[in-house]
Amino acid sequence: MKRFVQVFLVVMVVFGTMLVAQNMDEIKVAAVFSMTGGASGYGRMTWEGVEIAWEMYPEVLGIPIDVYLIDTKSDKVEAANGVRRAIENDGVLAILGNIISGNSLAGGAVAEELKTAMVSPTSTSPLVTEGKKFVNRVCFIDAFQGQAAAKLMQELGNQKVAVFMDVEQDYSVALARFFEDTFTQSGGEVLYEYFKTGDQDFSAQVLDAIAKGAEAFYLPGYYQEVALICLQAYQNGFYGDLVSADGADAPETVEIAGEAVEGLFLTANYHPDAPAFNENAEEFLAAYEKKYPGEKPAAFAGLGFDAYMVLLKAIEMAGEPDREKVAQAIRQIKDFPGATGYITINEQGNAEKTVTVVRIENGQFVYDSMINP
Amino acid sequence: MKLQLLVQHMINGLSLGALYALLAVGYTMVYGILKLINFAHGEIFMMGAFFTYFSITLFGFPWWLGMLAGIAGAALLGLLVDQIAYRPLRKAPKISALITAVGVSIFLQSLAIVVFGGVPKSFRGVYPAFFDKIFIIGGEIVEKRGRQVIVNGIRIPAMTIITFAVTGLALLLLWYILFRTRTGMAMRAIAMDSRAVSLMGINGNRIIALTFALGSAMAAVGAILWVGKYPQVWPIMGFMPGLKAFVAAVIGGIGSVSGAVIGGILLGFIEILAVGIMPSLAGYRDVFAFILLILLLSFKPNGIMGKKNLVKV
Repeated sequence: MKRFVQVFLVVMVVFGTMLVAQNMDEIKVAAVFSMTGGASGYGRMTWEGVEIAWEMYPEVLGIPIDVYLIDTKSDKVEAANGVRRAIENDGVLAILGNIISGNSLAGGAVAEELKTAMVSPTSTSPLVTEGKKFVNRVCFIDAFQGQAAAKLMQELGNQKVAVFMDVEQDYSVALARFFEDTFTQSGGEVLYEYFKTGDQDFSAQVLDAIAKGAEAFYLPGYYQEVALICLQAYQNGFYGDLVSADGADAPETVEIAGEAVEGLFLTANYHPDAPAFNENAEEFLAAYEKKYPGEKPAAFAGLGFDAYMVLLKAIEMAGEPDREKVAQAIRQIKDFPGATGYITINEQGNAEKTVTVVRIENGQFVYDSMINP
Repeated sequence: MKLQLLVQHMINGLSLGALYALLAVGYTMVYGILKLINFAHGEIFMMGAFFTYFSITLFGFPWWLGMLAGIAGAALLGLLVDQIAYRPLRKAPKISALITAVGVSIFLQSLAIVVFGGVPKSFRGVYPAFFDKIFIIGGEIVEKRGRQVIVNGIRIPAMTIITFAVTGLALLLLWYILFRTRTGMAMRAIAMDSRAVSLMGINGNRIIALTFALGSAMAAVGAILWVGKYPQVWPIMGFMPGLKAFVAAVIGGIGSVSGAVIGGILLGFIEILAVGIMPSLAGYRDVFAFILLILLLSFKPNGIMGKKNLVKV
């Protein structure tokens, strides 16, 4: 019996030290994502990409990384609280997130205050990084997406475009404004139709746009509303071009709107059929197809992957898990071969990269073309 | 505004209004009988949509059976909510029941998020294809991008016609139950004086439970039509329609069934027309519903049909 107690004690001590050692030698990273609520589709897809990157590269500088999820419920207040909790209570080195721009604005303010680096995979509003030292992103900014959409509209030969703006989303407002600037500068005409997140009926706006002679619709919004606008445009007899943005780059768009979104163009971050960029892109594709057989990754998964990889690279460059050094290193990243293209993080924390144009054909998202900055 | 455009707006407004009316009826019936505003009504609407969705996609029911299952499921849920949440509070102050109603609403919403997930599910292709047909009256055929298309015609989706027909039938059935059956008579009697009714040997709780079931079934009918028109189901889909239907019920005079129908149709109509006439305010369309409510209540505090001595249910 005495012997048993001795062995037991030794085992306990060994395990105890191992636990303590592990806690000290672990880099914690919180993924503050929208896993439920309106933007949950994006959150889940992005998380898939983060998981793949984490499984492929589970450690940096010889230290294991622990990535865990905090759900924002797509809510601004929850986003800010989640970031604060991660930094103050959990002692994370850096934050991945948030998903939608409105949440990243709220969460980014906290990260900035607590001097901890944040890398948003998917928030495209220019305001997210504006004037911030610690908030970065790996997707392109709205300005460029709006400009690219305007160029695309002109290539398609449209002169008068109705812009459907979601007055509740910073994302939609920013895209619409940048679209208008570029499109009117080159002689086009823009008319606005407004709606709000959660609206279901857009028939009145669609009819108004048709009556005013719009040749095409620009729909910067999220898929829940964009799908319904396309559906109701179709039902109300609109046959012009439809161009949307990465917010509609989700399978739900086709599931909800069916044949009404045939021919819809999207400005996107990523498409698996686009000319292959680099070995990371190929590795990501292979890993995704292995984990989800028969499925192709959405742009969000690619961006999730890149957000993790950029952070990993920055930690490597910093040489030690130090919050401020990592934050500085992120902005030194140049031509990083990400899954969604070569990424350069500029001094404002924005990613400079290529926009991919995607088209919906026979219910599939197919690669259309590239628009360069 | 061109006549053709106005007519199209009116058709769209009427079909939205019919859905509000179906939902408003449930509010008004429960209020009439219990003086309780059942804030969980919008969630029962949502659950009705989910029940229908899963009966058809998961259990492989034919669409009409799926619809019936959705209606039955919602009615059962309404009954259950009454039994568990409201019945123990029958003798408590009205405000307790009201707060419980808000609680039930939040509970059902959160439950749906946990069980069904937050991602909207597409309802497209769940109903047979003829539900998606669109009838076009007038207009001219032009060629656009190599396709022959019709422009400037008045478009009536099959779903709109179905909505009118089903709403009409459901309301007729409701009218029959209320005014031509003994149970309906008991419901109306409870609305007048619940204590006197129990003296007449009528089981009050049974009648109240039936009222909940009937109101919830109406909400499910509304939900079934709603997802045919706006084909996505998700846990917070009942919130705004529920709130609007409540406004409709109050506009019509809460407690009055015909008032709820009139209020619902009026609300849908005004919402669409307001956006059609003032497109620049479309982002704030929900405000119109509440402005209408405030204006109407300041002139007619009892609502359109809310007179004294009105038959309440």
